[in-house]
This record gives sequence, C-alpha cells and structure tokens, in this order.
Amino acid sequence: MAIFKRKEVELATTDASENAIANKETEGLSQRQIVFRRFVGHRAAMISVFVLAFLTLFVYSALDFKLGPWKIHGWWKYRIEDIPELRTKDCPGGNIGCPTLSLRPKFLGGAGFGLGEHPFGQDDIGRDYFALVMKGAQRSIMVMFVVGIVGGVLGTVIGAISGFFRGTIDAVLMRFTDFIITIPSIIIGSVIGFHFGNLGATFLAFYLGLFSWTGLSRLVRGEFLKLRELEFVDAARVAGASNRRIIFKHILPNAVGVIIVSVTLLMSGAILLETALSYIGFGVVAPDVSLGLLISQYQDSFTSRPYLFWYPGFFIIAIALSVNFIGDGLRDAFDPRQRRRLSLRDRRVGQIQATKAKNKGGE
Amino acid sequence: MFAYIMRRLGILLVILFGSSFILYNLAAISGDPLEGLRTSSEPSAKQQIVTLTRELNLNVPPPARYFLWLRGILGLFVGHIDFGNARNGQPVSGLVQHAIPVTIRLVTMATIVAIILGITVGIVTALRQYSRFDYAMTFVSFLMYSLPVFWVAVLLKQYLAIRFNTFLRNPTVPPGYIFAFSCMSGIFWAGVVSGSRKRVIQIFVIVAVATGALLEILSLLNWFTHPGLGPIFLFASAVGTAFGVTQVSVGIRNKPALKAALAMAVLALISYYPSQYLFKHSPHVSTLVLMALFTILLGAIVGRIFAKIDRGPVMRTSMITGFVISLLMVLDKFMQTWAPYMETDAINGRPVPTIGQANSLLDQSDFWMSTLDTLMHLILPTIALTLISFAGYVRFTRGTLLDVLNADYIRTARAKGLTERTVVMRHAFRNTLIPLTTIIVVDFAGIIGGAIITESVFGWVGMGTLFRQAISSFDLNLLMAVFFITASLSVVANLIADLLYSALDPRIRVGAGK
Repeated sequence: MAIFKRKEVELATTDASENAIANKETEGLSQRQIVFRRFVGHRAAMISVFVLAFLTLFVYSALDFKLGPWKIHGWWKYRIEDIPELRTKDCPGGNIGCPTLSLRPKFLGGAGFGLGEHPFGQDDIGRDYFALVMKGAQRSIMVMFVVGIVGGVLGTVIGAISGFFRGTIDAVLMRFTDFIITIPSIIIGSVIGFHFGNLGATFLAFYLGLFSWTGLSRLVRGEFLKLRELEFVDAARVAGASNRRIIFKHILPNAVGVIIVSVTLLMSGAILLETALSYIGFGVVAPDVSLGLLISQYQDSFTSRPYLFWYPGFFIIAIALSVNFIGDGLRDAFDPRQRRRLSLRDRRVGQIQATKAKNKGGE
Repeated sequence: MFAYIMRRLGILLVILFGSSFILYNLAAISGDPLEGLRTSSEPSAKQQIVTLTRELNLNVPPPARYFLWLRGILGLFVGHIDFGNARNGQPVSGLVQHAIPVTIRLVTMATIVAIILGITVGIVTALRQYSRFDYAMTFVSFLMYSLPVFWVAVLLKQYLAIRFNTFLRNPTVPPGYIFAFSCMSGIFWAGVVSGSRKRVIQIFVIVAVATGALLEILSLLNWFTHPGLGPIFLFASAVGTAFGVTQVSVGIRNKPALKAALAMAVLALISYYPSQYLFKHSPHVSTLVLMALFTILLGAIVGRIFAKIDRGPVMRTSMITGFVISLLMVLDKFMQTWAPYMETDAINGRPVPTIGQANSLLDQSDFWMSTLDTLMHLILPTIALTLISFAGYVRFTRGTLLDVLNADYIRTARAKGLTERTVVMRHAFRNTLIPLTTIIVVDFAGIIGGAIITESVFGWVGMGTLFRQAISSFDLNLLMAVFFITASLSVVANLIADLLYSALDPRIRVGAGK
C-alpha cells in the first residue's frame, strides 16, 4: 500500500539545512518576538483573529450599546424589542417573514447585493431576526470572554499557589480541584444555569467561570512544579528575590504559553456550553436572547423556514471555530519543539545562503 | 500493586464524597423545591408541602441533609444502595435502572465508531504530515470541535432521515449526485494514497469511476430497497477483506498468511447456507457471539495449518479475517431483513427514524426485525455523538504518532531494514496505542455527560432525560443519583486508565516510590 511509502532521501538531506534556516530565523530575537512572529506566520490563526475581531465589532455595533452613562446607537434600524409588521410580499410558499438578504448579483437574475428590510427574516411575532441573532451573538461573545477571564484568573492563581508552595496548601487545593473536576460541566452548568439564568447572562457567565478553572489550574500547577526547580529560579532566590517577585517576574512569564493556550480552549468550550445550556432550557431564558435558545425555538420550523435555524448556528460555529484556530496558532507559537514547516522558497533561500557562506569561508 | 490500588480507591472515595457534598449543597441552595406549591392556589397545596417536607426531610438544613442522603448511598457496601425517593414518591433506583442501559447503548456504539474512524484518520494524517490531506483533515476536525451537537442533530434529522426516507420512495440516484459523490470519494482517496502527481490523478480517476459505476449499478438493481450481498458478493467482499487484512497485518508478500486468509473466505462461501439456516432457526444474541467465537477459532486452526515459520502473525491474520467475515455475514442477514422491515405497517417505507429509541408499533417478537429497528434508531444519535468525539481522537492519534515516529527506536527499526509497513504498524502504532487507551477509557465516562444533550434532541429516555427532569423539578435525589453514577464512572475510569497505562508501558511503574 502506497500509504506507507516515505520520502527517505528528502528527509535525510534537508534535516540539517532546515535546522540552520530555523536558527537563522530566530537569531537576535527575544522570546516574545519569536512567539509573535510564529503566530503571525500561522495563516489560519491570523485569519481567525481578523474574523473574530470583525465579528465582535460587527455584532456589538449593530444594536444600541449602553456603557454606563453613555449610550451608543447601533447602525441597525431595528431593536430586539421592536415588532414591525410581518412581511408577506414576495415570500415563497406562503410563508411570512422571509429573509430579504440577497447575495446574488443582478446579472445572474438575483435582486443584487443587499441586506433589505429583514436580512435574516422575522420570527413568529415579527421581530427582526437579524437583531435577535446579533443580540444572541453578543451574549455568546460576552459569555466567552467572561468565562475566559474568570476561569483563567482563578485557574492561574490556584495552580500557581499550589505549584509554588507545594505541601499542605497544594494538597488541599488540588483535592478541591478534584472535587470540582469530577462534576461534569454540563451538570454543574445546568444547576447554576437553571437557577441563576434568570439573573441575566452576565451572572450566568460569571458563575460558569467560577467552576471552569479546574483543568487550567492543574496545568499551571504542573508548569510551576517544573519551573521552580530550574536554575534561574535558584539564582533569583540566591539574589534575594521575594516569593512574589519570583512568581511574577520569573516563573509566570515562562508559564504564560500554557495559560494562554488553555484559556482559548476554555473560551471555545464556554460558548458551546452556554449555547447547549440555553438549548435545553437551563441557560439564558426568554425574554433574553441567546443563539442556543433561538435554535431550540425554531428547530421545528426547519422544513418551512430554515433560515431561522441556519443563521444562529453559523454565528456559533464562526465564533467557536476562529477561537479554536487562534488557540492552535498560539500553541504552535509557544511550543519551542514545534518547528514551522519550511516552504520550498525558504529552503531554496537557505541553501543559497549556506552555499554563499561556504564560498566565503573557502576564500 | 495491591497497596497502590487500595490507596487509590481510598482517594477515589474521598473525591466522590467531596464532589457530591459540593453539588448537593449547591443544588440545594440554588432553588426551593416547594416554590411552585407555595404560590399555588390549590386547596391541597398546604397538605402537599407538609408531605413533601416530611418525605424529603426538607426541614433539615442542606449540609445535614446531605448526610441523610449519604447514609443511603453507603448502603453500597452492604449490597443495598438507596438513592432515596423522587418527588413523586417513586424510588430513584428503579428509575435509574431503566435509564442506564439506554444511555450505555447510545454511548457504546458512538464511542466504538469514533475510536475506529478517529484512529484511522489520525494515522493517515500523521503519515501524510503537512500534505493537503493533512490540512483538510485538520480543518475538518477543528470544524467538528466547534459544532454545537444540537444544531448538527437537526441537520442530520433533515438530511439523513427525512430526505433519505423520501429518496427511498423512488430510489434512483440522480446523475448530479452520482457525479458529486464520485468526485468526493476520488479526492478523498487520492489524498489518502498521495504520491506523485501522475499517481494522484490515476487514483482519482479510478476511484471516481468505480464509485460512479457502483452507485449506478446499485440504483439500477433497486439495491436501496432490496439490499443484500448473497453468496457471490459475500465471497467477493470476503476475498477483498482477506487481501486488506493481510496487507495491513503482515504484508501481501507473506504468502502463507494470504493463503490462510483466502481459505477463510472460501470457508465463508461454503458455510453461507448453513449459517443462513442457523440465523433463521436460532435467532439469539448468543448464537451470534458463538458464531463469532467459532470463526475466530477456525481462523486460528486455518492459520496454524498454513503457517510455516511465523505461526503467530499468520494465525492473527486469519483470525481477524474470520471475524470481519462473520460480521459481513450478519450484515448480509440484516440486509435481507431490510425489505420486510420496510414493508411493515409500523415503518411504512420510512426506515430512518428521527426520534425515540425503538418503534413501539413494531412487532418485537422477531429477533432480526427488532434488532434492525434498534440499530436504525441508533443511527442518527451515533453519528451526532461520533462527530463530536471523532475530532479529538484524530488530533490525539496524529500528535502521538508523530512523537513516536521521531523516537530513536523507530530509527533503529528502520536501520534494521524493516519495511515501512512493519515500522509503522508494529513499532510506531502499537506504542501510540498506549496513551490512546487511557484517553479512550476516560472519554467513555465523559461522553455519558455529553449524551445529555443528544438524548434530549433525539428524544431518548435515558440518564439525560432523568437529569433534565431532576433539574426542572428541583428533584435533589434524582439529580444526585444521576451525578453519582456519572461521577463514579469517571473516577473509576481514571483509575483503570492509570492501571492500564502501567500495564501497557513498562517504563511507568505505579505505586513505586512516592
């Protein structure tokens, strides 16, 4: 079977020159610069950064946004509270409130590119579905960030303390972590969500964050246990650095890769958890809006009005997918063992440089 | 070792105690089970409050009430576990007893499928690292990570169930679909096999034409309504299996192994009619199990006869071939049941169900019919659950296999002059399986939690249903029972994973030192 075939020759010869090129690339750069460069070089991750940033801006600027005393008007004409008249004209199959989004240009027989009155259609009572989806996406993004921040901070602090101080503190904290980690997140999420969901999505996100730090804290602890035995920590201690200084200045910067990567994974998990909870009715509840809630409300009308089902799903996938890709890019960037695959061009440039250097040496 | 296991079991009990205490109190303080009754205007509401308070000990503060609950659970050690009563007075144990098998059935199938597919695709992507196929699969697995299961489930219901059922009314595949399927499978296999450009194009053309021809023939023969292999196709696919298994197991050049595997295919052809008789007159699960065992034994004997010097590998090859062929025979029997199944009133020509775990209108007396019905009901939930866990296995297998392939002993194996197949399958893949085993064990426990959503979408009445019922009616005993079972499974799975790891990998010694 050809599947087992291998390009032996190529691998053997390029190994050394690849190393040389990789070393050349990182010469004279700080760790931070190397990580940044690697991340920027990860195409899928960079695209995802832009997609996520664009989506966040798009979604948040669409509707009215209140920030303390200031109120920013959204660019979209409808609010989720508005109940405009249901559109009946031009709808296929006698449906009402069909979408007006048109992506087919005029010369192909479409209506030209345009959002129209209700790009995603209208729901049962006529509310603009675009506005609802925007609101739901706002919720999801908010939940994602709140869970990421709360879970990230808690996980880092608990992991750092138990990894650095070890002993009794470690035993107590890790036992506690075990307790929480044993409870499946969907169970704890439902218990919290069902009872605190009516306090608002922010509360829900906060509480979810309170219980989602466990995996991260184990990782951070492991990292701290490993790093605290290294020479540079000893050197800092001999130089008279305090525990606080060692933790923040010496160990934490080295553990930041692990933290950031698992926080991104935590965030993509959070958006799926929130939508799933809202779907089974234990998360965000009506009259508030969530993407999961929208899907559960309109899944039965899939045959007649599929758009009510497609759009919320697309937003969930777009957000979760871009966060996952960012996480992947970060993992590659922070992992020192990871060597970027060199393109053919890089290899050629490297070979030319190597021959040049050889010639110079020979002269 | 014994001391280590005992210590781990002790820790496990402590963890279960701690986590159940936390959840119990969290659930108890987060809601009032009598809230609905307090605001109710029913005349009997007051009476109900009193009864419920007495039965569920609601006047005891939650931390103390937890120990009342714990007393029932501790009955585990004397052989009588008591989960307490649900709100409506039914004992929780009874409810749970009905629910567990349903959930296990749902999860087992999905786990097996996800493992097999995930590992296979993971190996191929690792061997084809940085190829287009690898990138495509990476993208697909990330996409699956990001899919909400409830959303996919609705799509599956629409396209795999409703549309497919409608298609079966008039089962001819339209040319457009044939073209699309052919191209897709061509691209897929060309990506898997890879190689020079000429070879890729060759593979693409061959696979695409073969797929197109197969679909056309199947739809001409009305195969979709009257499927079946029959002795001839069964023999053909058995021969194919023999070649495939031999290639992966020991390599096609190993003549004794190939002969043994082909002999198994011939035996399958000979035993086709006797096995049909057996299927008809002894329709039980035990028959199938015995048949599978018998085939494996037969495989061992045949392998033994054909083997010259390398008895082990040859016997293994013919045993695996025999097992796969016996699966094919059972599949053939199910295919024969398909047409009568479709014609029953309960099915009425729409065989792929979107909801439920069994068709209640169907006559359950026929073993083949009712098993087929169960399998049909499993299809959609299994696909949904598989989609989610598949991605994890692909990524994990790929990462581990790449790590292993860089190890020194692989270099040594290659230096000895072993074929690439031997290096990959025997040296690299086996070592990849070690960490994979532990992941699988832990995942199996975890997926039961994940089944909550899936059950709710597909209307299965299992643990997930009990759980939702418990949450929405503030039924603490029911909630804790569901939690206790999933949590015990997951901690025990973790322990098993650790023990397995040390058993499989001699470098790890559990319980040694501190």
